[in-house]
Amino acid sequence: MIEIRWHGRGGQGAVTASQVTAEAAIIEGKYAQAFPEFGAERRGAPVKAYTRIDEKPIYIRSPIVEPDIVVILDPSLLVSEPVLDGLKKNGWVIINSKKPVDEIRKTLGRSDVKIARVDADTIALQILKVPIVNTAMLGVLVKATQIVSLDSIIDAVSRRFSERIAKLNIEVVKKAYEEAEVSG
Amino acid sequence: MVKRTSLSSNYAVAYAVKMADVDVIAAYPITPQTHIVEKLSEFIANGELDAEMIHVESEHSAMSATIGASAAGARVFTATASQGLELMHEILHIASGMRLPIVMAVASRALSPPINIWSDYSDIMNARDTGWIIYIVSSAQEAFDTIIQAYKLAENKEVLLPVMVAFDGFVLSHTFEAVDLPEEEEVRRFIPKQVTWYTLDPENPMTLGPLGPPEWYYEFKYQQVVALNKALEIAKQVDDEYGKVFGRKYGLVEPYRLDDAEIAIVAYGALASTAKAAVDEARKNGVKVGLLRLRLFRPSPVEEIAKYLENVKAVGVMDRAISFGAPYGGPVFADIMEALYMKGVDTLLSSFILGIGGRPMYLHDVLTVINKVKEIAESGRRTIETYYIGVRE
Repeated sequence: MIEIRWHGRGGQGAVTASQVTAEAAIIEGKYAQAFPEFGAERRGAPVKAYTRIDEKPIYIRSPIVEPDIVVILDPSLLVSEPVLDGLKKNGWVIINSKKPVDEIRKTLGRSDVKIARVDADTIALQILKVPIVNTAMLGVLVKATQIVSLDSIIDAVSRRFSERIAKLNIEVVKKAYEEAEVSG
Repeated sequence: MVKRTSLSSNYAVAYAVKMADVDVIAAYPITPQTHIVEKLSEFIANGELDAEMIHVESEHSAMSATIGASAAGARVFTATASQGLELMHEILHIASGMRLPIVMAVASRALSPPINIWSDYSDIMNARDTGWIIYIVSSAQEAFDTIIQAYKLAENKEVLLPVMVAFDGFVLSHTFEAVDLPEEEEVRRFIPKQVTWYTLDPENPMTLGPLGPPEWYYEFKYQQVVALNKALEIAKQVDDEYGKVFGRKYGLVEPYRLDDAEIAIVAYGALASTAKAAVDEARKNGVKVGLLRLRLFRPSPVEEIAKYLENVKAVGVMDRAISFGAPYGGPVFADIMEALYMKGVDTLLSSFILGIGGRPMYLHDVLTVINKVKEIAESGRRTIETYYIGVRE
């Protein structure tokens, strides 16, 4: 089972991203589960969401405390929230950041995790004209971890949004996929 | 053709209600149920569902309007949670007493005070003696399937009772997972619209729910008893028929790895799902434990409870609600104890409370319960303590 924890701020689309990832896995015939940390939905406030993916039915329904992957939609959460708590050795940190991976690694203070990053703010503003970075993060996530294919993510994005919005977001996913800096 | 999609339990319920082709929905918004009626409003606005949506001023009115519509022969639906279900309480008795086949979804939630929007089953347990049929489901797929089954059961001529389908607020209501949606036509063939109950008709005037003096009231109530008992049998039939058509059936209870179990735990709702993972984990460590998931809460499936638990040395019942001042333990614990005692099953019972007011229920919490039940089995001694798992004293 692969467990992903999403950290974002209300309005950045972390919950939606957790659901799109689950949907992509379901499209691939896998089992998946996506749920938010309940009750804290306020614009700008730190939010958490969770995705589980497995080849067999998933019974466990509690919050994820030892994730394989953390996705950080806002780099300011690195200092204000315990985003790395429980992250497994050799796990992934997928982060929205303008800084290069080496510099991010120093800030994280962990040498036993893999890092992938993209400047999701710039991509989102350029294509969507709004700072909603969730779909950009999906592009980095699949490039780094291959938990689902790029095609499945694109399929899931197109199911999730209206045609016009989906088209723009697919462009975002692809651009983030191309621009992602991945350090295994 | 079956369409696999990703839905929360709330949305799964909305899809089921749409496919059931309901005529009237009356509802008042309350977290964590609101998504259900939001989605249904969308279906109506898009022309996908031809139904009347009545926006009422309270849950008391929601159930009242639902009763009115049902009494006029409409297929109806409403949804609520927590304080909403409490406010409806008076009218719940009227729905069952008037023998109206209403279907209601409840995204279960704790009761105030202190205000808490998160999940436990205090609301459902308070509805226990209202004469409703009450299912507690464990996944989005089961939520969908059970709503369809609920209409079939409620409208059965030998039953004619309202049905509540409950599931954990947030933990199920807001969790997206795979749901297989059948063809709408297939659902409509399974639950064709037939008005099987007594309805109000201006051409043939009749009164529903009038004064029942001592000479008659008792018989009306006894008929409800008979109907609820009958519902046990029909619920099984409906589940079997549903399984034949749609390929999924659940039983009134669901045994999990109980065949060779020495001890058992009992759970309902989302906790029963996590409990399966805990049973798997405990078995890896050599503990011969199994799970009995209670799916039909009312009427109580006594035969099944006794059948699956008769051979284990000890049983731990996990409740998601507190029964204040009860002789021992939580509300479902009391049911299990009663069923086993009356069926002559002698086993060491213990009661566990957890997941109150949305307190997360981790795998290790269930493992704590399993270990305690194992200890009790090994000691061979009856315990009268109720274990409040994870509480800070």
